[in-house]
Amino acid sequence: MLRSFFPAIAILVCLPLSAFAHKVWLLPSQTVLSGTEPLVTVDAAVSNDLFYFNHFPLQLNNLVITAPDRSTVEPENQATLRYRSVFDVPLKQEGTYRIAINNHGLFGSWEENGERRRWRGTPETFAKQVPADAKNLQVSESVGRVETFVTNGAPTEKAFKSTGKGIELVPVTHPNDLYSGEKGTFRFLVDGKPMAGLTVEVIQGGTRYRDAQEEVHLTTNAQGEFTVEWKEPGMYWLETSTQDSNTQIPQAQNRRLSYAATFEVLPQ
Amino acid sequence: MLSKRPLILFVLSLSLLVLQPVYAAEMMVSVEIPRLKVSEYHRPYVAVWIQDENRKVAANLAVWYQMDSPGDEVGTKWLPDLRQWWRRTGRSLDLPVDGVSGATRPAGTHDLEFSKSDKQLSKLKPGKYTLIVEAAREVGGRELLEIPFNWPAEKPFQDEVRGKEELGKVSLTIQP
Repeated sequence: MLRSFFPAIAILVCLPLSAFAHKVWLLPSQTVLSGTEPLVTVDAAVSNDLFYFNHFPLQLNNLVITAPDRSTVEPENQATLRYRSVFDVPLKQEGTYRIAINNHGLFGSWEENGERRRWRGTPETFAKQVPADAKNLQVSESVGRVETFVTNGAPTEKAFKSTGKGIELVPVTHPNDLYSGEKGTFRFLVDGKPMAGLTVEVIQGGTRYRDAQEEVHLTTNAQGEFTVEWKEPGMYWLETSTQDSNTQIPQAQNRRLSYAATFEVLPQ
Repeated sequence: MLSKRPLILFVLSLSLLVLQPVYAAEMMVSVEIPRLKVSEYHRPYVAVWIQDENRKVAANLAVWYQMDSPGDEVGTKWLPDLRQWWRRTGRSLDLPVDGVSGATRPAGTHDLEFSKSDKQLSKLKPGKYTLIVEAAREVGGRELLEIPFNWPAEKPFQDEVRGKEELGKVSLTIQP
């Protein structure tokens, strides 16, 4: 039981690099809303197919919902089921909400009594759980972000304000203003600065009904920007990842960064 | 009968004289909502607006949606289904808009009349425009029709288009 569960946990805690086939996603019931206090239900899962929850639920421990005025919103009716997690987001304000799962994990291993010990934790638990004199200590950090955006009324941009940590997306085209037959341009930041040369993968949902993933690969330019041509309306998933050595924990040798987001493209 | 005709003409011309200075409809938009044989019929939401060459909204002429019982979400909840209208203008409006918002209409032909001095047209700069009528029906479809026109019109202008599903005949008449 434990052994079979271990890889699952690994996937959930540290967002995998694209070497893993698994896709981590949030799927909102709607992205463009109106009315008195609209609400969205969000599915959160890890799966191979988009957007089918048939593999693992996404843990919601690090869920952060940012309101249009940048205050934090508490999710309602949160539950983790067998294949997916779910929660509701009441949209009491007008504008754009950022719904994100922000993971920051550490993997460590060291020698203890001639055996290799493995450890997984966070920057907070590192000092408590890892011996200060650990022999041959290897530590890698992983900073992952999974996001989606929903808008009540007119789109706003306050919720996109960078935290300066990991990979973040800044709209040039607003994610809730995407239409088929048009282009969407977005900028990626790493630690708050535009990042050139990131490879971005974009896949339309409904993969179960196609023979191929039909992913589109794009690369960010000198301004950290990339442009997607939306050929069809639908829900899209995009991801990018990279590695560097700008670790928060001095003992960590390297850092894996990942980002994934779900966008809805509407018909004209 | 014959003897009455001059009187009728006289009364008609008099009424025209009386009406003319009070209200001159320089623009008339007629929107037909078709009668549909469907098991579950809801009146469509309809938006009528004027768009400039950059697809910017130059004037909102009408939006018909369920307006009853304030605080009831039913009314504005479905407005984004008028996809283009919502994107171009609806989402940034403070609803209801006086003189624009109205209740949903039954099947039939509905006329909208505007004069040059109305707030909708008074700010319209000379140029090329498109009249757009968009309709969306709950558990039904969506349709959008366009009629290009020039403003102001140098001579009387009339054009019409026909919808296939959610809209019938839509016509635009402009008097110089």
